[in-house]
Amino acid sequence: MKSRYDVIVVGGGPAGAWTAKHAVEKGASVLLLEKDPEIGKPVRCAEGVVKSSLAKLIPIRKEWIAQEVTAIQLIAPDETVVDLMIGESGVILDRKIFDRDLAGMASDAGAEVFTRAYVHGLLADNGSITGVQVNSSGEEVEVSGSIVIGADGVESRVGRWGGLKTHLSLNGIGSCAQMLLSEIDINPTCVQFYFGKEIAPEGYLWIFPKGKNMANVGLGQVRHSIHSKTALESLRIFVNRKFKNYTVLSCIAGGVPAVPTLKEIVGNGLMLVGDAAHQEDPISGGGIINAMIAGQIAGEVAAEAVRSGDVSKKQLKVYEKRWHKAEGKNVEISYRISKVKNRFSDEELNRLAAALNRIPPEKRTVVQIFKTALIHHPKLILEAIKLYA
Amino acid sequence: MIRCQDNQCDYCGCCVAVCPADAIELKVSSLHIDEILCTLCLSCVHVCPFGALEAVE
Repeated sequence: MKSRYDVIVVGGGPAGAWTAKHAVEKGASVLLLEKDPEIGKPVRCAEGVVKSSLAKLIPIRKEWIAQEVTAIQLIAPDETVVDLMIGESGVILDRKIFDRDLAGMASDAGAEVFTRAYVHGLLADNGSITGVQVNSSGEEVEVSGSIVIGADGVESRVGRWGGLKTHLSLNGIGSCAQMLLSEIDINPTCVQFYFGKEIAPEGYLWIFPKGKNMANVGLGQVRHSIHSKTALESLRIFVNRKFKNYTVLSCIAGGVPAVPTLKEIVGNGLMLVGDAAHQEDPISGGGIINAMIAGQIAGEVAAEAVRSGDVSKKQLKVYEKRWHKAEGKNVEISYRISKVKNRFSDEELNRLAAALNRIPPEKRTVVQIFKTALIHHPKLILEAIKLYA
Repeated sequence: MIRCQDNQCDYCGCCVAVCPADAIELKVSSLHIDEILCTLCLSCVHVCPFGALEAVE
């Protein structure tokens, strides 16, 4: 590790790796730091992406694909099943391989990548971030950087240290638990989403197949009282009810931001990307694609700022604007729709599911779901007007 | 004070994300709660997916 780089990226997930790759390709010297011993581990993710969205960003390698899916089912609290038309394939990734490959691409392009590198503070001078304090495999070092980019996930502290408000309220985060189950009876080409206050309050449960008899089964929820169930307790209840036989191959916890992108994702010499910037889709919680879209913009803007010799907040705002134009607006709309969804009681969700099943399958699109939802919950029309206001 | 039961913690960082006082430090597999900074708001206890955090006297 050298003592100085143009750009220091904290966090080796898809957001960090993709940012590093694009910054280095635009001519910056780049350091990528990952706290864990291994890139791609642990996987705190349901691993699903829309195939065409990923293909727009990168040629898809077959090694990344654990399972291709072609159908979506929404399941109401009373177990009414709604088959949804998607018109395109989804891919359940193997994130261990995917993440490692992305970091490998950053490294191949010329970025220096270090694992076991725990960043525990920022260096600052005159109101501008100038580097990081890092414990690298046990050794305390200070590394200077013209720009520090926090890709340090939902628990981001880089932003906080730099004065950005990354803190999430209890309502603004999905508390998630997921098991990788084997020996289960599923349709491997169909992803399922279960809704209901008993299953996952203010969230949903997912079954994302990873092969013939294997799937990521997880849920995200909001817990307002210590007397209500934890995410893991909710998940255990569902799994025991749903599957006669199963083996738990892994059981992990995680958090997903459920809010629109932060108002400010840049400071003087500082940028945030991915979950750290709250760039996920607040409805699905999906973050990989958005993190990569943001990472490309962030990397390009960072390299350009370094070249111009101006790494001020004002200059880095270019990233904020480009992000908003590319995806930020969609994230905002998605957030408002997610709020509408949470206003539905279980009975209303059941009625909505029944109404959706009266629509011909080929017309059951996300837009149609939203329209039908409005008819069945007229108070929501006011909310809907705000969406387009 | 808030206590983390290490055998239940998955080190996922949910608690760090919701802590309004930035009182929680998460390393690869250790969690430290700064008792001086902690305001006992219990956000971390609520959000923990595995129920690994608890308030104790």
